[in-house]
Amino acid sequence: MRNPVLKVKDLRTSFLTDDGEIPAVNGISFEVNPGEVLGIVGESGCGKSVTSLSIMGLVPTPPGKIQGEILYNNENLIRASEKRMRQIRGNDIAMIFQEPMTSLNPVFTIGNQLIEAIRIHKKWPKNKAKMRAIEILKQVGLPRAEELMNEYPHQLSGGMRQRVMIAMAMVCEPKLLIADEPTTALDVTIQAQILDLMKRLNKETDTAIMMITHDLGVVAQMCERIVVMYAGEVVEEADVKTIFKHPKHPYTVGLIQSVPDMRLKKDRLYSIPGNVPKPGSTKTGCQFAPRCPHRNERCLAETPPLDTLETGQKVRCWLYQEGKGVEAIGRAVGKG
Amino acid sequence: MAEPLVKVENLKKHFPVNGGIFGKKIGEVKAVDGVSFFINKGETLGLVGESGCGKSTTGRMLLRLLEPSEGSIYFEGRDITKLSKGELRKIRREMQMVFQDPFASLNPRHTVEKILEEPLIVHGMKSSAERKKRVRELLEIVGLNSYHAKRYPHQFSGGQRQRIGIARALAVNPKLIIADEPVSALDVSIQSQVLNLLQDLQEEFDLTYLFIAHDLGVVRHISDRVGVMYLGRIVELSDSEPLYENPKHPYTKALLSAVPIPDVEHQSERVILQGDVPSPSNPPKGCPFHTRCPQAMEECANKQPLFKEVEKGHYVACHLYK
Repeated sequence: MRNPVLKVKDLRTSFLTDDGEIPAVNGISFEVNPGEVLGIVGESGCGKSVTSLSIMGLVPTPPGKIQGEILYNNENLIRASEKRMRQIRGNDIAMIFQEPMTSLNPVFTIGNQLIEAIRIHKKWPKNKAKMRAIEILKQVGLPRAEELMNEYPHQLSGGMRQRVMIAMAMVCEPKLLIADEPTTALDVTIQAQILDLMKRLNKETDTAIMMITHDLGVVAQMCERIVVMYAGEVVEEADVKTIFKHPKHPYTVGLIQSVPDMRLKKDRLYSIPGNVPKPGSTKTGCQFAPRCPHRNERCLAETPPLDTLETGQKVRCWLYQEGKGVEAIGRAVGKG
Repeated sequence: MAEPLVKVENLKKHFPVNGGIFGKKIGEVKAVDGVSFFINKGETLGLVGESGCGKSTTGRMLLRLLEPSEGSIYFEGRDITKLSKGELRKIRREMQMVFQDPFASLNPRHTVEKILEEPLIVHGMKSSAERKKRVRELLEIVGLNSYHAKRYPHQFSGGQRQRIGIARALAVNPKLIIADEPVSALDVSIQSQVLNLLQDLQEEFDLTYLFIAHDLGVVRHISDRVGVMYLGRIVELSDSEPLYENPKHPYTKALLSAVPIPDVEHQSERVILQGDVPSPSNPPKGCPFHTRCPQAMEECANKQPLFKEVEKGHYVACHLYK
């Protein structure tokens, strides 16, 4: 097996605020393998975006504070200098964001922005960079690539802008593409086009994709492996089939059952009671315990570790340590 | 059959586009271009479509928050497009709205009590003690506690705020609630709580909903009938089951196949549409969908298809169905 592209070990990102130090990401570990599509799923405030910003070195410090290890080719990116990070961003790891309008500069043409990105990283002459820019625009399925080079971001639709963002991210053939909610701002028919494109680029260029999203439908369609996050922690990790067929953590189970399925009509949706806790508000015990239907005293007092089960699935829940999990969750799944 | 609660006929909204140095009208955006439907008492009609298709504009016109350019809206048999301001205010008591963004639709400087009292004052509940009692009652109905009344909106989470928005709509005992994307700003686990609440309230108070959303799964879950909009027109309208099981219009088919299903074993033939939605200021001639339609024929570019019943209760606007 090939070495992972990226290894995150016990990453902790916290922010210093007037109310003290608030942990946004609380000791998460995962790996991204070459050429795979990894999904990171969770609701707002679970720390999934902070994770990606930490990897890219885009968390301002202070007020941010990053601890742990982010290993890219055995190099710890947390320790890397800003100069070194600039080489890595774009060349090795690239990122696309949710809102393509705010990530493109409105006063420069598409061509200008693409050529700039190429020339910074590749030190190519202008003409060669221009050729490459047109080529990549065609590769992401944009019509009239030559004309688009002279147009401004506001002249494009949301879907086209996101294609430009993907083109810009892929132009230096990075090993890893981090996509933070890339289709959330788009309509479903446009989302289908963009997901299709990302999947095709993933196959063609062997770029690994780390897909951050809250949409379980997108994950089921795109990803091979999934990390589920809740309140700054990884609560479950497994391949996509296992997550959907045999979810282990009560939160994952609840999340999957909360989504209305378009194909059949249920009388009532399952819903997880309560709200996502504020970061740092749960000091002891399992973060999910206050909302969990299976909690006991131990869950409230002690924090469960992220355990690897026999199947290779990882889950952070006391039920499995005590051997009661399969039975309890099995019943819940059966009911839904 | 009993008369429908709401009946909309050939409703249009054209926004003028002004330009030039004298600000003359140089064109118009046809946000809604001839929409007809009805909503029966106690049912939920879902309106789906992509951004810019005119679904929110339709919802706003029903309350006359926007003045229709053409067409009529009958509420319990009365045409509300012709009512005067005073009469309109009385009838607005019967129809209320829940907005998408629970952050923007609540006044940050008012306590929840003040927010919920406002509609009661407007609609003539004079006694302060009575109003306070009603506010507490409303908070409990939507699953909050009466002690929340003294708090400000920023002290609540998104889901709780949406509950306040719902409580405000319920305050005057309306018959019709227009919910414009009420759950799209919420997380999945909170979204299902709010959807369940809306269903419970419908049963308890015999409410009628017009549910506007872009999420097809959510719409199927909550709606009895569903209308699909594209570029200011309804292209297909039917009971929700036949629409999802057996869609007729090519746009509905493409839209349904584009939705990612949260199931790894789901295999479907995806129809990926090319291109973007055309601009409503310059909609294509003939059928508005013909520029992206995989089954477009010659006729489609010239003649606008009629919106007609092809099966019982199943309306489609497409030349494929004669």
